[in-house]
Amino acid sequence: MTDQATPKVAETPVDENRRTLLKGAAAVGAFAAGTQMLPGMVPYIQAQSSEPIKVGFQVHKTGIGAAYGRWYDRTTRAAAKLINDEGGINGREVEIVAEDDGTDPKRGAEVIEKFATQHKTDVAFGTLFSHVVIGSSPRAGELKMPYFVVSEGHHVASGGLNRYTLQPGITDVKSQVQSMAPWVADNLGKKVTMIYPDFAFGHDHRDFFSEAITKQGGEVVAKIAIPPTEKSFTKYFPQIPRDTDVLYHVMVGPAVLTFVKELGEFFGGRGPEIFGFLDSLEAVDINTPGLEFLNGSYFWEGNPRYTSDMSSEHDAFYRKAVGVDDTGASITDSKDIATYSHMFGCWETLHIIKAGMEAADYSGPGDQAKLIEAVENIGVMPHSRAHPQGDKLFNGRTHQSFGHQFISKVEGGRLTPVHKTSIFDGYYPDEVDYTTQKL
Amino acid sequence: MRVDRALILHLAVIALLFAMQYVMSPYHQGNLARIMVLATYATGYNILFGYTGLLSLGHALFFAAGMYGAGMTMRYWDFPAIAAFPTGIIAATALAFLIGALALRTTGVAFMIVTLMFAQAGFLTLLYFNEYTRGDEGFVLPQADRAIGMIDLSADDTRFIAAWMIFSVGLLIALAIVRSKAGRVLIAIRENEERTRMLGFNPFPYKLGAVVVSGAFAGAAGAAYALLFGSVGASFASIQYSIEPLLFVLLGGAGVVLGPLVGSILIFYLIDYAREITTAYLIVVGVALVLLILFARKGVLGSIRRRTDGWLP
Repeated sequence: MTDQATPKVAETPVDENRRTLLKGAAAVGAFAAGTQMLPGMVPYIQAQSSEPIKVGFQVHKTGIGAAYGRWYDRTTRAAAKLINDEGGINGREVEIVAEDDGTDPKRGAEVIEKFATQHKTDVAFGTLFSHVVIGSSPRAGELKMPYFVVSEGHHVASGGLNRYTLQPGITDVKSQVQSMAPWVADNLGKKVTMIYPDFAFGHDHRDFFSEAITKQGGEVVAKIAIPPTEKSFTKYFPQIPRDTDVLYHVMVGPAVLTFVKELGEFFGGRGPEIFGFLDSLEAVDINTPGLEFLNGSYFWEGNPRYTSDMSSEHDAFYRKAVGVDDTGASITDSKDIATYSHMFGCWETLHIIKAGMEAADYSGPGDQAKLIEAVENIGVMPHSRAHPQGDKLFNGRTHQSFGHQFISKVEGGRLTPVHKTSIFDGYYPDEVDYTTQKL
Repeated sequence: MRVDRALILHLAVIALLFAMQYVMSPYHQGNLARIMVLATYATGYNILFGYTGLLSLGHALFFAAGMYGAGMTMRYWDFPAIAAFPTGIIAATALAFLIGALALRTTGVAFMIVTLMFAQAGFLTLLYFNEYTRGDEGFVLPQADRAIGMIDLSADDTRFIAAWMIFSVGLLIALAIVRSKAGRVLIAIRENEERTRMLGFNPFPYKLGAVVVSGAFAGAAGAAYALLFGSVGASFASIQYSIEPLLFVLLGGAGVVLGPLVGSILIFYLIDYAREITTAYLIVVGVALVLLILFARKGVLGSIRRRTDGWLP
């Protein structure tokens, strides 16, 4: 239940990177803190232009990402309302221009073009699904459109994209997975069997966690890849070695309920400790019939769905503004469960865009390069209303934020946070330096 | 001297498309570049479906083969764009030949199912070899690599010209095929395969040729998409991208060379504008197709051809 302040990852390259990052962060710390306090209480009086700042919101309204898109949309609009109520950005109103990308990479690229050439938005923002980010990012770079993604994919920090694509409001999967390993090894066991979908998302978990648990003195004793078209899972469970301490699962999609039910039937109340990523059950009620077997198991959460003694006043403010109750459901419909572990990224990213624009004295599309540089230098982001999930550290070279993660236990029909990682549990060496690319 | 009205019309359309870049807004210019790539894909599909009467539900595999053939050779073997593009076409053509030779043992609904199965197998293979293909996430082709000599294919103007050239060459090849003796045999197979056989033609090589040509068109479009728009991914091998050329051809006019272009433009903008009104945009597309079936079964250009003297090839 404690905030683990002492970094556990202590490889030399990481330390060197960490020092470099902290040095840079210290230099920009005052700057960042300053940007948090820029005047904004007097609506729009200092605007150089009365035109609104247009934020192109690439939203998954349809397709496989629609459940996420619905909550990303609500969160974004709540954040925009707050920013506007407090005076907008540089005295200008924020206008959200939403376009459905159908959770499709081809359409995603078209949407970016539409933002740049038809709506003439100042930035593009809000994409979750990795394949849409990867499909859209080249066009954003070519059109020199600042593209702020909320994807948690490692594709930004891995160096595969470009200088105009940034992920400052949410941590990436590599960081999330890596930061789980110390707690899992110390509290659940060192022999881990992984069950994951046999495509890129599952493979990222497999590779990143295998490496991280080995550094903790543990080992992955079995890796069970489930084909993406699979509808029944019982036949895979006999592959779980008997000496498994922890079963690590990251199944996603509609079949996850069947997966949990069949897992429960297979083990019949016995079996290893179970640890999963809540990506599996975002927008799904943890009390859904069939999920009883998860009682006593543990989950990664990006931001705890249920309020607890770990919740902050900033989370309470954010929760209320977005319209989420203490159980992670919509205040108007208790069956409408939020994607709480991810959607805070939209709130925080919009505030980072605001901070970046104010630091760059942004006046229009001609200042987009200045905006990129300002965000690259944003460094430390303190826990605040703008960052209700927790403080963060933005690495301007890799365009990726690092932050806290949570581990929660399923008990009494709730997800109760039991651990909060330190920022540096998830830190890793730079794989790219985007600042060397031309703007 | 007899005036070749059909050739003049097609050349005029090509000239019109070229001229559009000077009058369109950047947004519509970008859209038209994308439409011409997709129309190239559908133009090849039209040779198989519209002229030969074979309905494939697996052409996304050939589109993806072109895309990955170009993308992976650039990513792993540092092929320049000028070599990657034909590599993509060759990959798709070879795959079309192989799958065509197997799938053409079936006819009708069975042909649809077999082509669909091959495409699904290809899609899952791309996911399975995620380490190399990056599966569902895909990968980006760096902007600096997407150039032929000094010509930057990622720039708006050159992208448009490249898409226009690919479409124009494809359109003229399709026109030449359907007006050739072989093209007339394809139409004969579509109308009555048994009678064609009785006339002394072996339908199999013609049908296989149609599969291969349509596969090559799909591969050219897939490779062009990768080079012009910079991303490669397994989602382009999904069933959605097998259905799209079918819709383009049906709406524009199956068995009309210009039909896929008209269908591509109409569907693209129908979806684009419908999305601004409702998230249920596919209902709008569905209604459009129902209306098409009720009032213009042969598609837009097919209906026009029926009402005129039928010279439109």
